[in-house]
Amino acid sequence: MDTVATLDHSHAGHEHKASWWRTYVFSVDHKVIGIQYAITALVFMLFGFILMIMMRWQIAYPGQPIPWVGQFLGDANAPGGIMLPEFYNQLGAMHGTIMVFLGVVPLAVGGFGNYVMPLQIGAPDMAFPRLNMASYWSYFVGGVVMLLSFFAQGGAANSGWTSYAPLSIIATSGQTWWLFGMVFLITSSLLGSVNFIVTIIQLRAPGLTFMRLPFFVWTQLVTAFLLLLAFPPLESAAVLQLMDRLAGTSFFMPSGLVVSGAAVDVSGGGNPLLWQHLFWFLAHPEVYVLILPALGITAEIVANNTRKPLWGYRVMVYSAIFLGFMSFLVWAHHMFLTGMGTAISAFFQTTTMIISIPSVVILSALVISLYGGSLRFTTPMLFALAFLPMFGIGGLTGLPLGLALPDLHLHDTYYVIGHFHYVVAPGTIFALFAGIYYWFPKATGRKMNDLLGKIHFWGTFVCMNGIFFPMLIQGLAGMNRRMYDGAEMYQHTQGVLVWNGTILTFAWVMGLFQLFFIVNFFWSMKKGAKVTSDNPWKATTLEWATPTPPPHGNFVTPPEVHRDPYEYSVPGAVQDFTPQNERR
Amino acid sequence: MEIPYTVESREDTGLNNVKLGIWLFLASEVMLFGGLFSSYVLLRVGAETWPVGASILSVPIAAFNTVVLIASSVTMVMAWASLKMNDFGKFRLYLGSTVGLAVLFLVVKAYEYSDKFSHDLYPSESTFLAIYFTVTGLHALHIIGGIIVNGYFVGPGSKMWKTAPEQFTNRIEAAGLYWHFVDLVWIFLFPVLYLL
Amino acid sequence: MSGTSADEIRKHVKVYVMVFVALMVLTVATVGVSYLALSIPLAILVALIVATIKGSLVARYFMHLVGEKKAVTWSLMLTAVFFCLLMFLPLFATLDHIGQ
Repeated sequence: MDTVATLDHSHAGHEHKASWWRTYVFSVDHKVIGIQYAITALVFMLFGFILMIMMRWQIAYPGQPIPWVGQFLGDANAPGGIMLPEFYNQLGAMHGTIMVFLGVVPLAVGGFGNYVMPLQIGAPDMAFPRLNMASYWSYFVGGVVMLLSFFAQGGAANSGWTSYAPLSIIATSGQTWWLFGMVFLITSSLLGSVNFIVTIIQLRAPGLTFMRLPFFVWTQLVTAFLLLLAFPPLESAAVLQLMDRLAGTSFFMPSGLVVSGAAVDVSGGGNPLLWQHLFWFLAHPEVYVLILPALGITAEIVANNTRKPLWGYRVMVYSAIFLGFMSFLVWAHHMFLTGMGTAISAFFQTTTMIISIPSVVILSALVISLYGGSLRFTTPMLFALAFLPMFGIGGLTGLPLGLALPDLHLHDTYYVIGHFHYVVAPGTIFALFAGIYYWFPKATGRKMNDLLGKIHFWGTFVCMNGIFFPMLIQGLAGMNRRMYDGAEMYQHTQGVLVWNGTILTFAWVMGLFQLFFIVNFFWSMKKGAKVTSDNPWKATTLEWATPTPPPHGNFVTPPEVHRDPYEYSVPGAVQDFTPQNERR
Repeated sequence: MEIPYTVESREDTGLNNVKLGIWLFLASEVMLFGGLFSSYVLLRVGAETWPVGASILSVPIAAFNTVVLIASSVTMVMAWASLKMNDFGKFRLYLGSTVGLAVLFLVVKAYEYSDKFSHDLYPSESTFLAIYFTVTGLHALHIIGGIIVNGYFVGPGSKMWKTAPEQFTNRIEAAGLYWHFVDLVWIFLFPVLYLL
Repeated sequence: MSGTSADEIRKHVKVYVMVFVALMVLTVATVGVSYLALSIPLAILVALIVATIKGSLVARYFMHLVGEKKAVTWSLMLTAVFFCLLMFLPLFATLDHIGQ
């Protein structure tokens, strides 16, 4: 029998009905805001995907007109449907920016964090509901600014998502749009991270000690600290870059810079590496922002679908904390080729090797958790299971990049692109898909279709490997990244150019398989099989102890927690799961 | 629906939500100004020559401004103390003085800036001026933010004293923490930019 | 601080005034020292020490940081560590640079 909070669905003490705008658009309810973040992020991810497909076409068939869409891109971008290098660079810079800052993080943190975390800690909402709303709208505005930048004179930002100086200083006006967009996004992130940390520390239900928190909540807590403390230096860097671009300062402009044969008219004295330090100070912790929530989601789904507690929960928690701390100490492994001396290079190589340990520990704990489990191969579990080896490949391929010597060969090649996409795409995004299939019934009262889910899974899984594994091969051959002609002009890449066609095929086939997800998502909202209980997955954590969907305020009376988070298959128990709030 | 610990402290953490929230925000601000201080260090170390602050900037004016800002920190904490002693009139006086002193700081700063501009000393002139204008400019934006928040609490926001005095006092404490932080940043900015 | 009585606050007020005076004295001192034409490294050290003392006074007495709760102090200590990393690591990287 599932514990269902008895509730009459009127707001206790609030008999007025809020307007449609206050309920669905300007809501302060964390669940509405979470769904807003999730849907907005998924739309941005689709847009980022489209940018990438156009790039992959150009790489596979450089100089040929892009089918179907080429004619609509305009003469400034693709005269005669043939992509200009300038436009290719815009696609590259914006694909990265959109996927990281407008897609994955808002979905993982803004979407899942907002929706699930307060429920899992037994809270009525976030500590600062209005701040939460402000955080979403700041993100939205930042996203709109980023998209509108494509219409700026000279198009969108085109200096890479990394915006290295001095190229980004002399770049077209889209870069200024990018900088302003980032200010909005960073503000959103800042407001959100304060909210998350205060909520987790202050609003835990009675009996919910830190070591009884679901691992998902721990990952959100560490992530929030990363965002809180790592983003501000990028904000200052963005201010400095805006000053260089708009006020003619030379924070990043070195003395004696010559562009197209003419000396640049600035005071000079600046340091391009200053930008790199400030950028990577954020951007390295950012990659742990990308992976931690995914590890959290995977942990929840693995425990639920093995019907046993997570192996090594405590060790996983300490590893997550240690990982978060170390993430601030490794950033210059992105700068091994900037002329670093041996001492500082050795320091960053060492810290980078050390940081691989907690990642391996967490991954190993998740794998060991499968042993002896009673596995249920639900759609969420398929994605969660696939996440494990995919993240493993992503992590392992990172090791040669973290050592300066192999990095000499691999830096700025497709090997890097293969590495980080393995971690984020069949890594994090698989965990996010898993989370959507998993928590969809709680949010909507209906299950997503299982067959469509499995087709989505297998198609995507095969295609992800078809896209990114060849990149590792190409990178090892020395194929440079960010080449608009797919590196066809180089002798040393000739042998691996054939993979460009393979990658393109798998990419657009993967796009087709996403249709199974998109259709399933929207169709199931209205026509999906209704769940017959508030806890259809028979899970132990508190979000399943609410009505379905949870009302404003989530719990009628604050739940009391009496147990650890993953009390599955407790010997002597009536069922194979015991909810956290069930009395002893 | 009530969010717990908005006003009263949670027993095991000893904090209310606003207090923890403002300190976390200040932690992020430390990193924000940290990025700029780090930039200052890198630019200065990498520069062939670096002017002594006093040769370009006016030390007496900035010293005056330092006194003004420190005084405003005192009036700010006195405003909070007045509320704890239930003296709303004194609170208004002290918080009003805080806002007044903050405005004075900005006026002096505006004079400093316009004086530089009138001598063609713009941020684009040198990396010293670039970092000077940028970091003091960002600091000034924070002062403006404080003026808006404190001004609101002196004015329309003070109504909350009648309906929820403890919550109001907590908000003033939070505003005070922010204001002291702004003062703290200047305490470091002044010697670094003007005296070294 | 919801438990502090009005009398305790009055004692605090005396402290605030004393801290203000101390801050004024230190401000005069820091300006005065700048006229001494010390060597640059020494000038930097003295200036930062004085600023740190002034900052500590503001933090301790105006911001009531002593006796503040663990969640706050631990977050601030963590921030201090990262602040130092941000200050020093790019500097070391610049100093340990290959070439000129």
